[in-house]
Amino acid sequence: MSQATLRIQKISGHAGSVPGEDTQREFTVCKLIDTTTCIGCKACEVACMEWNDLPFGETIFGNTYQTMPETRWNYWNLILFNEHEREDGTLMWLMRKNQCMHCADPGCLAACPADGAIVQYTNGIVDFQQANCIGCGYCIAGCPFDIPKLNHQTKRVFKCTLCSDRVSEGLEPACIKSCPTGCLHFGSKDDMKTLAEGRAKQLRDHSNFPHAGVYDPPGVGGTGVIYVLHDATKPEIYGGLPADPSIPWTVKLWKGPLKWLGNLAMVGGIIGLFVHYLRYGPKDRDDEDINPSGAKP
Amino acid sequence: MTNGWVDIKNTDMMLIMGGNPAENHPCGFKWAIEAKRNRNAKMIVVDPRFTRTASVADLFCQIRAGADIAFLGGVIRYAIENNRIAKDYLINYTNAAFIVKDAFKLPEADGVFSGFDAKAQTYDKSSWNYAGGDSGGKAVPEPHVMAAAAHPANGAPPPPPALPEKVAYDFSLQNPNCVFQLLKKHYDRYNPDMVERITGIPKDQFLKAADLFTSVRKDGDMKKAATIIYAVGWTHHTFGTQIIRTAAIIQLLLGNVGRAGGGVNALRGHSNIQGATDMAGVFDTLPGYLKVPTPADGSFDGWMKRITPKPAKPGPWDSWNYYGNTPKFAVSFLKTLYGDAATKQTDWAYDNLPKVDRNYSWVQMWDNMYNGIVKGIFAFGMNGVAIGPDSQKNIDALKKADWLVVGEIYPDETSEFWKSPGITADEMKKIQTTVYRLPCAGFAEKDGTFTNSARWLQWKNAALPMPGDCRLDQGIVAQIFLKVRELYKKEGGKFPDPILKLTWNYTDPANPSLAEVLKEINGKSFVDAEDPVTKQQIKAGQQVPGFAWLKDDGTTTCGNWIYCGSYTEAGNMTMRRDPADPSGLGIHQNWAWSWPANRRVLYNRASCDLEGKPWDGSRRQIWWSEATQKWVGNDVPDFKADSKPKDHMGPFIMNAEGVGRIFAPLGAFADGPLPEFYEPVESPIDNPLHPQQTHNPVVKRFKTPLDKYGTPKDGYTVVCTTYRLTEHYHYWTKNNPMNVQLVPEPFVEIPVEMADDMGLHGGETLKVSSIRGTYIAKAMVTKRIKPMMIDGKKTYQIGIPIHWGYRGIAEDEGKTALTVTNLLSPTVIDPNAFTPEFKGFLVKVEKA
Repeated sequence: MSQATLRIQKISGHAGSVPGEDTQREFTVCKLIDTTTCIGCKACEVACMEWNDLPFGETIFGNTYQTMPETRWNYWNLILFNEHEREDGTLMWLMRKNQCMHCADPGCLAACPADGAIVQYTNGIVDFQQANCIGCGYCIAGCPFDIPKLNHQTKRVFKCTLCSDRVSEGLEPACIKSCPTGCLHFGSKDDMKTLAEGRAKQLRDHSNFPHAGVYDPPGVGGTGVIYVLHDATKPEIYGGLPADPSIPWTVKLWKGPLKWLGNLAMVGGIIGLFVHYLRYGPKDRDDEDINPSGAKP
Repeated sequence: MTNGWVDIKNTDMMLIMGGNPAENHPCGFKWAIEAKRNRNAKMIVVDPRFTRTASVADLFCQIRAGADIAFLGGVIRYAIENNRIAKDYLINYTNAAFIVKDAFKLPEADGVFSGFDAKAQTYDKSSWNYAGGDSGGKAVPEPHVMAAAAHPANGAPPPPPALPEKVAYDFSLQNPNCVFQLLKKHYDRYNPDMVERITGIPKDQFLKAADLFTSVRKDGDMKKAATIIYAVGWTHHTFGTQIIRTAAIIQLLLGNVGRAGGGVNALRGHSNIQGATDMAGVFDTLPGYLKVPTPADGSFDGWMKRITPKPAKPGPWDSWNYYGNTPKFAVSFLKTLYGDAATKQTDWAYDNLPKVDRNYSWVQMWDNMYNGIVKGIFAFGMNGVAIGPDSQKNIDALKKADWLVVGEIYPDETSEFWKSPGITADEMKKIQTTVYRLPCAGFAEKDGTFTNSARWLQWKNAALPMPGDCRLDQGIVAQIFLKVRELYKKEGGKFPDPILKLTWNYTDPANPSLAEVLKEINGKSFVDAEDPVTKQQIKAGQQVPGFAWLKDDGTTTCGNWIYCGSYTEAGNMTMRRDPADPSGLGIHQNWAWSWPANRRVLYNRASCDLEGKPWDGSRRQIWWSEATQKWVGNDVPDFKADSKPKDHMGPFIMNAEGVGRIFAPLGAFADGPLPEFYEPVESPIDNPLHPQQTHNPVVKRFKTPLDKYGTPKDGYTVVCTTYRLTEHYHYWTKNNPMNVQLVPEPFVEIPVEMADDMGLHGGETLKVSSIRGTYIAKAMVTKRIKPMMIDGKKTYQIGIPIHWGYRGIAEDEGKTALTVTNLLSPTVIDPNAFTPEFKGFLVKVEKA
């Protein structure tokens, strides 16, 4: 029941068309993360674990307040901490909530060869359906944000679901609900964009952040998760947020021209076989093949 | 807090110092973020480390731990120098215009106020007083009879000094002995150069902060409001009370007290610590902060005489002096305790109250246990070993105790003190302490009220059943009490009355319902009664609607006068959950119940000018209504409802003067009527203000072999502070896998420069030692604590989160060194509130 109200518009590795793929997106959801009001409290990390019943993992001290170096198959939402010195010498402690960006043009989905292992709903949420996953890991190569993570025991890949189960019931994602400072917002892409631009302007006008802006990268068609950054000209200082992410050219090539080249090669080979048979007929056996000893029939 | 959590959203300017609310109060910190987002409010953070709060601040100043009074004194000097003061507010709502006795002397070169007795290490505070005045406000000379009365011939002790009924004043603030001029003179020494020497904050940075904060009162404009927010970064010092006093003075100078978005706001450190102090979980108060009786009081009347203030004010003014009602609160309290045994004839059972003859505070108690005076201790949800200070002394004290009863949800350092690192098997065999471990309920398994920092009493229901054989705290206490009472009945004793005569009228005496207890705390009337002003009536046996109904004739009971009104005939007010906020000021009048009398912002009369009109029309809290001749508004007026503005009644109704105290007279504080900067007891430098009086002169040091205090000459040159993380809650979340996953191991934060000096990297193990003990943990090398120039000397500061010990998930797996942070901290305490100096002591740092 919970998935019934989500309509799929894109399916990985799927032969043939998808019923929803040409429909106009009426309402794409969007999570807005305002890094300028994030206090790194990790309520969102805990909420994600609790809602999704993720098992605990071992962590070790890493000379940082960051819980672990990167997301894991059982840790989908991670605040990245970075100490950054501005040009005027003042210090910033940047905290960026890191999770799946739910790209409009998902690299993971493009790279995935397994039918239905990755879907994108009409509301923009990109979801992994582990029942169809073959554990090949191509989605990991396809993601410009290094998000999907493989469980080596079960050979399935996992990532943030943008709480598709909650969203389909009209609830906000668990992380949004848990944020104590209201730095996380949820709503339609249009509304969140408006809110984000307004906040970025406020920062430029009142808070000595002349380069404040919104991160909504066009190279992946825009994302279902957008950031307000103190300095939108330097996304890399926020724990390696890529400046201009796009689907890797290898994936594009492989799933694009190479795929058709491959098809062409295969079909061409079959046609060639047929043509050759027409032209040259079946292979005749030489005398020597029939009677290796040389004796004439 | 004088204000509240939600009210913070109304502010224009925040000074967050001695506190780290983003990390330790993330939910309440929402309101600070709201103020930034919706009002472009500015945030200044001053802290020894660049914290998660600093990460969202507009301006951050790194300060040496313990140097706060120097910074705040500098702000006072800046405000006065640049005329950024609320003039009308200052003259009319504070004691700035009051004239102080000639005999009073400020600390200058010698670093002490007048009246210091160096041998006894105390002050004779009689000169810390206002001069008596005639009706015109001129100071009258001390009557000659005072000298004779001071040493009466019959050998009786001299009458204690009292505030003069009529105070001398100068509303022009020019008289050199008026409080304002003394304030100006006192903080004149706190110029920006001195501030830099003491705090390590570069002059230009300090001036930026002072300019920004006081900008709300530029040219005396009253529209804006600024708030000061603090926590235990201020209280954990031997001058903690005085740090807060300095902040209160700034807020009075700037006219921020009583204003929406203003005030002096303490962020309490535990869910119900406000409730604990309100209900007198400290030795020197009774519920509602009534002062405890002492042996010298002699009788109920003697006690009342000493603790009930009389108005002391300029002649033309009015002072409600609400503490003048103390006898009503005290009698009602004694009726709650002793019922029919408390009558006028029995002196209200005064004899049954313990008389507090000396200091019984936390550190003193452990010292008493170490010295064999305290034989046993009930430790309920309180890990005394990990708390310290000087944890080894507490461990050794427990070894000497006869018995220890622990009520806990996990085994901890206290309940297994014999397993502390360094104890040998032989030593363990010698320990004779009998230890009882009682399984108790966790917070989600109990109902009752939590009182938050905003003074809101919020009822909570139990969310889960208790596991196994756990018991509720009130059940355990009740059964112990009933058993003790039984023994007294059977065997008698030295003085059975306080036990035998105690009322215990609960439906289930062995497990009282907290709803019944709250009803009892609110109190009821034994007779029919009517309020003379509102004409409201109640019948005999009904709950009293509020503390204005309490009587001193034995016809009312009340367990805690400030909670009176929380459980009326209308029901349990603390259970209300109506989120409506028509004024938009975050008052939420019908959500839970706040003391006193559901007032949300204290001293809110001061939010209006002399005519009763709000200083800022966009944040109208209360105002004077000419039509109804009453104070009305969006909040409950913290004032006499029908007192006309022209009668000039002071807004600070709990002070005898009716006004805010810039100068705190007589016995208000042990160490001075005005805050003076003193160094922490373990200090890297001599006090630049007066090197021969470096420390607070009335701070006492303890004298067992375990009470050692280090100096730079002993090799302890690094300033150390201790603190808490968001991810852990004191010493119990080290048992919870979720928290342990977030922050798995203990660590010490050290500057990058210090790591370079020592040639070490983040993750390597460090040994931090004070003269008392050693703490071993991994180094977190960070840019967020920079080296500082303290009085011209390069000084390092480090920070240590407190959450680990020798029992927990990581500990039990052998993943830590099993040391406790407070092995390092010193046994010195604030002379007013007795809080230990957990922050700003000296250590040395080495590779382990």
